[in-house]
Amino acid sequence: MNLRALSVTRLLPVVAVAALVLILPLFFPSAYYYRVGALVLIFALAVVGLNLLMGFAGQVSLGHAGFLGIGAYAVAIGPVQFGAPSWLCLFAGAILSGIVAFAVGRPILKLKGHYLAVATLGFGLLVAIVLTNEANWTGGPDGMNVPALKLFGWRVHGSDVWYWIAGATFVGGFLLALNLMDSPTGRALQAIHDSEIAARVLGIDVARKKLVVFIISAVYASVAGSYLALFNGLVTPDLAGFLGSIELVAMVVLGGMGSIVGSLVGAAVLVVLPQALTVFHDYEQALLGLIVMVFMIFLRQGIVPSLAGVFAGWRK
Amino acid sequence: MMLLEADRLSITFGGVRAIDGASLAVASGQVFSIIGPNGSGKTTLLNLVSGLYTPQDGAIHLAGETVTGLAPEQLARRGLSRTFQNLQIFSRMSVLQNVMVGRHRHERTGIFADLLHWPSVARQNAATRAAALAALARVGLVEAAARPAGSLAYGALKRLEIARALASEPRLLLLDEPAAGCNPVETQEIDQAIRSLVKEGITVVLVEHDMRLVMNISDRVHVLARGRTLAEGTPHEVRANAEVIEAYLGVHGSREAAHALD
Repeated sequence: MNLRALSVTRLLPVVAVAALVLILPLFFPSAYYYRVGALVLIFALAVVGLNLLMGFAGQVSLGHAGFLGIGAYAVAIGPVQFGAPSWLCLFAGAILSGIVAFAVGRPILKLKGHYLAVATLGFGLLVAIVLTNEANWTGGPDGMNVPALKLFGWRVHGSDVWYWIAGATFVGGFLLALNLMDSPTGRALQAIHDSEIAARVLGIDVARKKLVVFIISAVYASVAGSYLALFNGLVTPDLAGFLGSIELVAMVVLGGMGSIVGSLVGAAVLVVLPQALTVFHDYEQALLGLIVMVFMIFLRQGIVPSLAGVFAGWRK
Repeated sequence: MMLLEADRLSITFGGVRAIDGASLAVASGQVFSIIGPNGSGKTTLLNLVSGLYTPQDGAIHLAGETVTGLAPEQLARRGLSRTFQNLQIFSRMSVLQNVMVGRHRHERTGIFADLLHWPSVARQNAATRAAALAALARVGLVEAAARPAGSLAYGALKRLEIARALASEPRLLLLDEPAAGCNPVETQEIDQAIRSLVKEGITVVLVEHDMRLVMNISDRVHVLARGRTLAEGTPHEVRANAEVIEAYLGVHGSREAAHALD
């Protein structure tokens, strides 16, 4: 395979996803669908980041909604308390998330498996508690209103506009993630997943690589959190809570660990299903749980890798 | 010149002195074998030398530099590589990607270049790929390059680990029982692979139970018993050493060793 052919196969999923984002609205009967679509894409962005950490590098985080919270409150507190422009606060939030990930990651990424899971869980709870208790800044448990994003004097609002913004950002994030995996850093991360000892013996600074991917995944989540807050016009500490973190992990696992396309599928299923199941009223949550269980029993590697395996089997 | 010198190393695990004052001196270009009964501390000694364990006593010098207590990744950058008795394969990655990881210490790209897939990354990937394919060719695994590493047979995985270590262009290569569990044909392939490494100037430290392989290929043989040096010398000297025969080789082993030398 020559180099050009290689880069075409690398970009193929990006083109396919971009086309999907572009074409899907043709089938949207109402603005409500744009709203659901935007939510799917925003969550998918956070899930791609978390998948880099979990699916590729093999490090679990049960506190990633904490970074969603930092991003979300950055675009709430910055404009309201300091009069700073929202877009600047979005970047500031991403940088702050990166710094927090660096500070938190350095000590806790030394931990493995369940111990790491509990430590990250603690981090997520910590963020949620600070956001709830610092009521003077954050509005406490009731949350706060988020001023609309203004770009070049234009007030960004409406589900369709946010659908396109989220879509463009997701495709960008998707491309960066694919790039990363096809690079020296990406190979090192995948190596760490399978054998830390072998990775170290080959000269890979395991602690540093884990920290790098933790920071990257935090920045993805932070940007997604900012988008969510700006899109909803409201933010509450629930966003950063334990259930939020679990939902992100569920999206990663359901879509497929280590499958970037799976991140979109996992986010889509867990955002769309609850909306579709509202007709069942009281049984909505129970059905959602049941469906997720069935998915995991029959597609245990996650939706995308399992189906890819089935198709590969058929071709043979 | 001595490439590797280990001076009176000791390490204790739960009150047991696994290595008890063992010393090694490996000259450049040699095949230096470490043999000994099960539990004599051979793998522990390799773990000390490759930085996975830190010795409680003693010092390690690599090419004249004191490297005691350095981490494995720091030793790797100084040209030390190793394989594992219990395979440490990146089983989710392809055979080629496994060996590409071996090139890590020669790769020069930053995280932002990697994220943006800068032209330098494409060039780096191509160079890494070519070098990895060359390393695979040396152990006869080019055909399997695209296969998932987890799908390879045991003997092939042993050679894959050697290829991965070779890709890092080590000066010193530690092989921990490369022939364990291999059939005679596979052992022969590993013998060939080691010989071709030595020709290229790579110094090899070999831990191995297969006496035929050890006696055939080694310049020096170091015998370990209960964490201490029992004897050291050429294969001929070691084979003739009464203590070694009693402690390790036994009647059967010495006959096999003798057979290998005749």
